[in-house]
Amino acid sequence: MVTEKDVEHIAELADIGINSGELVTFTHQFNAILDYFDVLDQVKGDTTVTRDLTNIMREDIVEPSLPRDEVLKNAPAQEDGFIKAPRVM
Amino acid sequence: MEVNELSFEPNDRYNAFLTVCKKAPYGKGKLSGMAIAVKDNISTKGIETTCASKILKGYVPPYDAHVVELLRHAGAAIVGKTNMDEFGMGTTTENSAFGPTLNPCDTGRVPGGSSGGSAAAVAGNMVKMALGTDTGGSIRCPAAFCGIVGLKPTYGRVSRYGLIAYANSLEQIGPMGRTVNDVSTLMQVIAGKDRHDSTTYDRPYSHTPVADVKGLKIGIPEEYFGEGVDPKVAGVVKTAIIRLKELGATTVSCSIPSMKFALAAYYVTCTCEASSNLARFDGVRYGPAADTKKSWHEAYREVRKAGFGPEVRRRIMLGTFALSSGYYGKYYTKAQVARENVKADFARIFSEVDLIAGPTMPTIAFKLKEKSDPLSMYLSDILTVPANLAGIPAISVPCGKVNGMPVGLQIMGRPFEDERVIDAAYAYEQAVK
Amino acid sequence: MMAEDQVIVGLEVHCQLDTKSKLFCGCSTDYRSDGPNTHVCPVCLGLPGAMPVLNKRSIEYAMKVAKALNCTVLQESEFSRKNYFYPDLDKAYQITQYDKPLAEGGYLEIESDEGGERRIRLTRIHVEEDPGRLVHMGNAERGKYSLVDYNRAGIPLIEIVSEPDMRSPKEARKFLNKLRATLEYLNVFDSDKEGSLRVDANISIKGNERVEVKNITSYKGVEKALTYEVTRQKNQIRRGQRIERETRHFIESTGITQSSRSKEQEHDYRYFPEPDLRPLQVQSWVEGIVLPELPDARRERFVLQYGCSLNHARTLTGELKLANFFEGVVAADPKGLSTLAATWIADTLIGELNFRSMNLDRVDAAGFTELIGILKQGIITDKSGIEVLRVMLDQRLKNEPTETPTVIVSLLNLAKNSGDTGAITAAITEAINENPKALEDYYAGKGGALNFLVGQVMKKTRGKADPGELNRMLIEALKKKEA
Ligand SMILES: [Zn+2]
Repeated sequence: MVTEKDVEHIAELADIGINSGELVTFTHQFNAILDYFDVLDQVKGDTTVTRDLTNIMREDIVEPSLPRDEVLKNAPAQEDGFIKAPRVM
Repeated sequence: MEVNELSFEPNDRYNAFLTVCKKAPYGKGKLSGMAIAVKDNISTKGIETTCASKILKGYVPPYDAHVVELLRHAGAAIVGKTNMDEFGMGTTTENSAFGPTLNPCDTGRVPGGSSGGSAAAVAGNMVKMALGTDTGGSIRCPAAFCGIVGLKPTYGRVSRYGLIAYANSLEQIGPMGRTVNDVSTLMQVIAGKDRHDSTTYDRPYSHTPVADVKGLKIGIPEEYFGEGVDPKVAGVVKTAIIRLKELGATTVSCSIPSMKFALAAYYVTCTCEASSNLARFDGVRYGPAADTKKSWHEAYREVRKAGFGPEVRRRIMLGTFALSSGYYGKYYTKAQVARENVKADFARIFSEVDLIAGPTMPTIAFKLKEKSDPLSMYLSDILTVPANLAGIPAISVPCGKVNGMPVGLQIMGRPFEDERVIDAAYAYEQAVK
Repeated sequence: MMAEDQVIVGLEVHCQLDTKSKLFCGCSTDYRSDGPNTHVCPVCLGLPGAMPVLNKRSIEYAMKVAKALNCTVLQESEFSRKNYFYPDLDKAYQITQYDKPLAEGGYLEIESDEGGERRIRLTRIHVEEDPGRLVHMGNAERGKYSLVDYNRAGIPLIEIVSEPDMRSPKEARKFLNKLRATLEYLNVFDSDKEGSLRVDANISIKGNERVEVKNITSYKGVEKALTYEVTRQKNQIRRGQRIERETRHFIESTGITQSSRSKEQEHDYRYFPEPDLRPLQVQSWVEGIVLPELPDARRERFVLQYGCSLNHARTLTGELKLANFFEGVVAADPKGLSTLAATWIADTLIGELNFRSMNLDRVDAAGFTELIGILKQGIITDKSGIEVLRVMLDQRLKNEPTETPTVIVSLLNLAKNSGDTGAITAAITEAINENPKALEDYYAGKGGALNFLVGQVMKKTRGKADPGELNRMLIEALKKKEA
């Protein structure tokens, strides 16, 4: 059983904004879905094995990077070749 | 290289396309001049690619997905990008930020999803073939609902490079068309190993369909005709299976006990992977701008709230929860073990039979807005998700109608036996033509 | 040291592997002299749909390190996603290794504070990608923001995690130096590159909570940050305050550590296996890895082959370039030159370089070899030798035209006056005549008077006189005068 507080905490972890109206609905829906997921409690064991496709690697060879205008083209804000982002300090 | 242009101005009454390329360049090759529609979660260089989400509005990829490169190389004209459930999260194409796609067979109904735009573009005769993607049935469901053919290839047979990831370990790009032959032709072009996708196998597809099921043993799982499956749909599918027997196949009933975990395992896995895949949409490198004056968490939360629709946010949060400390073992780990059980069940059955057949969807296409509760929507994926969990090939081929709406026959095969799946679907299609 | 004062240190060291291309894409790693965002592609920019493909050489390098550090390469390892939001993290997750690292166990031996060798156990080695680089912009009034350069995003790193086996900040520095030397010997790491090594340290005073210090980006910084922490924690304990379990950031410019906001500490990284990469099963490769001579072996060899003292051998082999430099200098005559060269390199050259903040790369090896030759032949005194060396280094430092030691000796007229004793005799006579008081003292048997007179003569000959010869001639002259 998850509470509205739990859902708020998850939204924070996921950096998803949520408003109070949604909170009630989401909490209700989550509980229904998580109840359904409980069927997994009946699954025995907790390990899986790797069967095939191991050691898939490439050689250390330099390939062309994107031209800088292509890199910046989709960025909403730029400055002197840098991509502008929110503050972290 | 010689480059021509195809004029493409469809009468898109179904909202199948998000982007139309009125002048589509094409070259020489197997698909020279052929109009092909591409689902909008597959990156196309120079053509806006949105995943039907506001958060990618205006995003123009600087590179082509591997399959798109292959299409261009084969001479195809990429004529547009098709509507879908936002990021592939849905079964109806109603979760598009740019309005739902309508079912060409009945515009009061959904086309299925999430590749609903591709299915409607093909079923509505706007293009001959289209690319879809299938994470838990997203090619087969709309194929069934719109009365066309759609193949989910074996996992690893088609490169995912450039496919905007929703659930990496489950999804595959696959062909959709009006006939098995078309689907097979498109498969020839897109299959094969790609050095940019570490999960691909060196298993190209160069097969031409052969209408022959003589001597094949087909397993009929009881779970595919049980509770939740519309008896009328089940009836139509059973008739189709009888047709396969008349063509020389034998049938044997079988059981997939792990089916009871399959849907939960699927939804845990896909939401976990999605929560991580979709974290990069923060308005810094692409998409609507994050407010750079705010602190980063604050700015991201705003962008992601405004940019993602409710179902996407719901799944991101479900996945975040399932991966969070204290819950990982209960959800993610158990889902992976359940997935192994599903694989083991299929391996066991396939040691006795060559193919497995059943309905693609438990019902015919829903009416628009008919399914509003998320869980009941999830439950309608029950017959398609097992193939994704096991990574096996599965096709949906039209096999009749219920209440005037198409029904799909689903045929699944052993890993890398996409050819056999195609042949069986072809045999059926040719027999009922 | 009292038991309750025992310092416990463990390190997490991140080193950039010196590959040509990035860990998961073909972008060049040689980005330092280029503008921002010039070495990025769909993969390392985190563009939707791009997929990582593992660089084989990065795994080979990491395994070389694992073997050299006596670690066990695991039968199966895999990459996971570490999920968190930060503007320099292009995909909002870092591809790293979590519960299945490349290698576990192992150890590194360092010289302990007490003198002997101490074994520092290692927990694990794993491979991961570097995030991009953030520049903080703006101010409180006009608004702050960040600028991001993704050139560094995707550079291959190894993280080497030690057990809490170090007992002082000094030992931590020694561990780091030894580790750096080992990586250099393996030729997988370029310590000259800015930001090529970064350290997080766990430090506690026995019986108290441990504190994590992040953001240490230099070798010297480690000792500085930890010394600060030891003092801070001990003071806090003395005042009867509890040490809180927390993460602190080292501020390089001021040499202090600062508590990170508690909110940031509530990390829940939601690790899960990276679905776009396949597992590694590379244990069998270990056998085929041929390791070069490592610092410990080279140190032993320097003692045996060149007769170096243990201290000189330790210093010379502590850096790959220094060890190579030494062997180059003595190559022509190992028997004759090693002792002299070892002393001159370990005791003199390093000091002169540090004084000038100069890199060994800038020293003219041929010129230095010539200087050692001149010293060996006794053409100049040790004092003149230092003068010549300083001129050589200063010429390099100022990018002036360089001269050979022989030319410098002749230009400055530094050759010993042996053979031509006239100048010394003259200087002695002068010194005796100018210092009657010292002369009196000498005959009166006062200690120090002779040394004073030697100094005076030295001054007059500008250090060219051989000290032994000068002493002999001075005493003789004084005897004559007395008679
Ligand atoms: Zn790159």
